[in-house]
Amino acid sequence: MTTTDDTAVETSVDTTTDIAARKAALRNRLKDKRGSNEAPARAGTAFSIAELREHQPAFRGLEAGHRACQGCGEALGARLVAESAGPDVILTNATGCLEIFTSPWPQSAWRVPWIHSLFENSAAIAAGVEAAMKHLGKSTKVIAQGGDGGTFDIGFQALSGMLERMHNVLYVCYDNEAYMNTGVQRSGSTPHAAATTTSPAGLERMGKRHLKKDLLSIIAAHHIPYAASASVAYPVDLRRKVRRAMEVEGPTFLQVHCPCPLGWGHESSVTVEVARLAVQTGLFPLVEFERGEVAGVMPLRNPKPVTDYLKLQNRFRHLFSNDPRAREEREHLQALADHTIEKFNLRGEEADPLDSEGADTVRRGGLVA
Amino acid sequence: MLSALEGSQALAQAVGLCRPGVVAAYPITPQTHIVENISKLVADGRLRCELVSVESEFSAASVALGAAASGVRAYTASSSQGILLMAEVLYNISGMRIPMVMTCANRAVGAPLNIWNDQQDSMAVRDSGWIQLYCADNQEAVDTTIQAFRIAERTEVPVMVCVDGFVLTHTLEPIDLPTQEQVDRFLPPYHFSRALDSRNPLSLGTCVDPSFFTEARHSQHQAVLRATTEIMAADRDYAGIIGRSGGGLLSVVGPAEADVAILALGSVCSTVQESMQLFPQDRPVKLIKLRAYRPFPMAALREVLQGVRDLVVLERAIAPGSGGIVGMEVRSLATTLTQLPRIHNYAVGLGGRDVPIEIYPRLVEAITRADEPAWFEIFDLEPEKLPVEDR
Ligand SMILES: Cc1ncc(C[n+]2csc(CCOP(=O)(O)OP(=O)(O)O)c2C)c(N)n1
Ligand code: SF4
Ligand SMILES: [Mg+2]
Repeated sequence: MTTTDDTAVETSVDTTTDIAARKAALRNRLKDKRGSNEAPARAGTAFSIAELREHQPAFRGLEAGHRACQGCGEALGARLVAESAGPDVILTNATGCLEIFTSPWPQSAWRVPWIHSLFENSAAIAAGVEAAMKHLGKSTKVIAQGGDGGTFDIGFQALSGMLERMHNVLYVCYDNEAYMNTGVQRSGSTPHAAATTTSPAGLERMGKRHLKKDLLSIIAAHHIPYAASASVAYPVDLRRKVRRAMEVEGPTFLQVHCPCPLGWGHESSVTVEVARLAVQTGLFPLVEFERGEVAGVMPLRNPKPVTDYLKLQNRFRHLFSNDPRAREEREHLQALADHTIEKFNLRGEEADPLDSEGADTVRRGGLVA
Repeated sequence: MLSALEGSQALAQAVGLCRPGVVAAYPITPQTHIVENISKLVADGRLRCELVSVESEFSAASVALGAAASGVRAYTASSSQGILLMAEVLYNISGMRIPMVMTCANRAVGAPLNIWNDQQDSMAVRDSGWIQLYCADNQEAVDTTIQAFRIAERTEVPVMVCVDGFVLTHTLEPIDLPTQEQVDRFLPPYHFSRALDSRNPLSLGTCVDPSFFTEARHSQHQAVLRATTEIMAADRDYAGIIGRSGGGLLSVVGPAEADVAILALGSVCSTVQESMQLFPQDRPVKLIKLRAYRPFPMAALREVLQGVRDLVVLERAIAPGSGGIVGMEVRSLATTLTQLPRIHNYAVGLGGRDVPIEIYPRLVEAITRADEPAWFEIFDLEPEKLPVEDR
């Protein structure tokens, strides 16, 4: 459980959308507390806490103080999505970790209207909300949220229907590659060879026998205006993709790769590193589709070997045993990554194929070796 | 003004008169004509609403939930397999106290596959927290549908209007549709106090732990019980404006002091009623048309059951391994009467078997002949069709 000095907000709170007023209130609170306008600077940092606060996004759709595990990638992903989407939204949420850790009644960590109904109908609820907005003549954007189980598997039909009917909904899948809320069971999104509680490694098995479903291609085959993958390790890229999707009038889809320290078996301090390696190895490519065609990829100048990624996580620990099948599966995963790199032409040396606002930033930030 | 309308067509027009903002549509026999007719109203520009043609009944109920939670009047309709597919959503809608209306065009549930009428589908979800109103004819179905929106919106409890498939949905009857002006007077614009709105962000459908779940269920139970008042009030106000009752919680046909009573739900009431006219019997008998099954109108039932010596409870569904569904509830209520009637519990017309027009004299004969009242029997069983060991 995360501990922060913020407490979750009451279920029904009025959001102060006036940014200036909010900042002024914050300054006053700090002043009251410390008797001065300036908070003492933290040792070793150039910024005061107050300054840091000032630099934080003015609007936070998902507040701190929720009950996610430390280092939860899904919490980070949802915070980034909610803050980039802004206040004029209505969110739906499938059952799963995000829903549970943000809404223990009578508290809620959401500062935007939010509704949870069931595990498999987030997209259909969103379709209903959107139809209502249309009827009311409101422009409020609807965002449907679900985990990979709620998206790849049980909620897939409702999602496909929503996309086919062209509802003006952004669907965000927080992909942590298993049913985490029920204790790490395999889903259609679990990568090949990963161990979960229902795909354990043992004498007869090297973890999950099947491949990770290529959901993004299936979504893209609906020929919706925009579908993309993103990662919590690349927040600028993620924010850009959210904003881009928000601008589209019609269905859009984002698959956000979100490590789960509990389910993946890695330190909660390395969530971002693990997420970044998934991208850098080619196992989780960051791509954008427009109307079914690839419209942009984040290039990998120097792909890392998949073992760099695998070895950080307990779910792949059996792949490092002496069993000859372990090497085989490692090679299999490397081949899958190589295939993905080829398929999306990730290794391009030339200029980025298309839009690259986020990609550029990210590359400067560290992707290019 | 009377017009000859197919039940489904009349229902579609009744829904249209209620000005829904979102209608979710998915086909299933015998419900299909309802959403088809609504689609036509929309296509012809006679109804301004978002028609969402979903990919399953699960999504039909979910779309309606999302719309109603966003402050727009919402409606859908289904039958049988569709009702069971949406069962999880039905519990969710009522648990979240979302007001909406759904028509259940009653049909048997497979297997064996059967598209014809009984009431197994709505009985299967009788404990889902929805108000259930059963209609004896198409005029009642029209009036009940319009009333249902007001009942749902005042109580924040969803309403299922149960209309027998084919028998009502596909039958032409002279129907008096109220005017738009009358319906507007009866039914104010939809307002939902907890609507999803970015200017007033609320979280709906949060996780409630054991410290409050019990209380949430208690409130829900009380709300459905209290709905009896709203059902009566809606019927009274409707009669005031439109000049006709929809059937209250229940209604009685025949002499009030009769010590033989037949209790039934839905269109079989109309069949029995006609049978009573055609085949009058010596013994005075009254027919209790139970319109509200949820909430179970205990006080009203107790009143009409007082002094009854023989009570026939007719079922259009069955609880295998137990017997009658309505019968069991009536039986438990009857234990609170000063004089316990002999209760004869029969299922009739399962999977569309015709309820014959001679039903009334046959029932009277059966209960007169019986030494012991039937705990539960399928009245129109044809045992000769069965292997000996199953008879
Ligand atoms: C119909 C139904 N089946 C099963 C469950 C149990 N369940 C709740 S959350 C969940 C797993 C969620 O997994 P995912 O969608 O990947 O989200 P995560 O918790 O991993 O974020 C399951 C199986 C349920 N709530 N409803
Ligand atoms: S189990 Fe995983 S997804 Fe769930 S809250 Fe913990 S870290 Fe996040
Ligand atoms: Mg998951």
